[in-house]
Amino acid sequence: MSLHVKDLGVARGGRPVLEGVSFDCAPGEALILRGPNGIGKTTLLRTLAGLQPALAGEVAFPEDSGAYASHADGIKSQLSVTENLAFWAEVHGGQLADNVLEDFDLVDLRDRLAGTLSAGQKRRLGLARLGVIGRKVLFLDEPTVSLDGFSVKMFADWLRDTHLGQGGIAVIATHIDLGLDAPVLELTPYKAAQDAAGGSDEAFL
Amino acid sequence: MIALLKRDLALAVRAGGGFGLGLAFFLIVIVLVPFGVGPQSELLSRIAPGILWVAALLAALLSLDRIFALDHEDGSLPLLATSPLPLEAVALVKGVAHWITTGLPLTLAAPALGFLLNLETGAYAFLLITLLIGTPALSMIGTFGAALTVGLRRGGLLLSLLVLPLYIPTLIFGAEAVRRGADGFSAANALVLQGGITLGVFAFLPFATAAALRVNLR
Repeated sequence: MSLHVKDLGVARGGRPVLEGVSFDCAPGEALILRGPNGIGKTTLLRTLAGLQPALAGEVAFPEDSGAYASHADGIKSQLSVTENLAFWAEVHGGQLADNVLEDFDLVDLRDRLAGTLSAGQKRRLGLARLGVIGRKVLFLDEPTVSLDGFSVKMFADWLRDTHLGQGGIAVIATHIDLGLDAPVLELTPYKAAQDAAGGSDEAFL
Repeated sequence: MIALLKRDLALAVRAGGGFGLGLAFFLIVIVLVPFGVGPQSELLSRIAPGILWVAALLAALLSLDRIFALDHEDGSLPLLATSPLPLEAVALVKGVAHWITTGLPLTLAAPALGFLLNLETGAYAFLLITLLIGTPALSMIGTFGAALTVGLRRGGLLLSLLVLPLYIPTLIFGAEAVRRGADGFSAANALVLQGGITLGVFAFLPFATAAALRVNLR
């Protein structure tokens, strides 16, 4: 269980944005992605998660172990907190464990409809989804948006103790310091040249 | 798959889910037709099979754009795409859920509405059977159309233009079977052809739908 990325090139809307990205993550390791807006953090994470094809290079991790999480949480506002989590657990063939609700401080909110939660509470619910699906390789895009300091620490604790502690891997794009003991990958050097080959034809076709 | 079906059905019956909208639309169209056509009961009973089928088709169309649009807005779609559930299964479940919330209520309500249009006595059974066979095809074809237009804002009109032509064979054989039943002829040919269309649609379109979703997720 490890993640290998070699010479990866990614494109957004047919334009290459990053090229030659290489890194490795061993079990229990996290990697922080840094870079200015528009550098391609989200595109890179979506490509890693298999939501869009890579221009070049390879991504290797065990099949059916990756999970993607972005600003959009996939939360249905007409369902309650537990119904939302139980759905994702069931889709992934698991069950909703109570300790997940405790880890993300959702115990008091469990029967509330997700539509009545605040932005930060919704975000916590979206992150709690990561706890119920049992996936080992997480690709997280700005996981801490709209969380307060306490919740950020709670999430970082969960990531460190529960996820990474059990041999998980996380690739995280974030602008704030999560307090994780993890290497940082600065993406600016990998910015694709404007006339980089490949992908550019797609815009014309 | 069962989890997704249960969730979609739960969402449909809760506030803002749109359950019953198609049925109410169907009801109103059928009630309006006699007002427009006038009270000649022979004329009404002659056009009843066609009217019932066209109205069912439009009612099924009404809720198609919700099939994937809501999941796309809240980000569920990429999460489903990275889940162990294959997108083909997602497509099939979405089609089935749409049929249960739209096609099935339409089918069950149709005989009562046939009465309003003075449908011939012999045609009720055929109306029920053709709708039962035909409406699943409407839902599955519509799911495919919804997948094609999922990323578009206000894609509803385009969706209708894409999907309505594909509904023609189901409409022709459905209305024809009811008409033959009303006239006391054998409707077996039309029923078999309609059944064939439905089976073909369910065999192929989940794959086409999944392919369309993959392209739109990029």
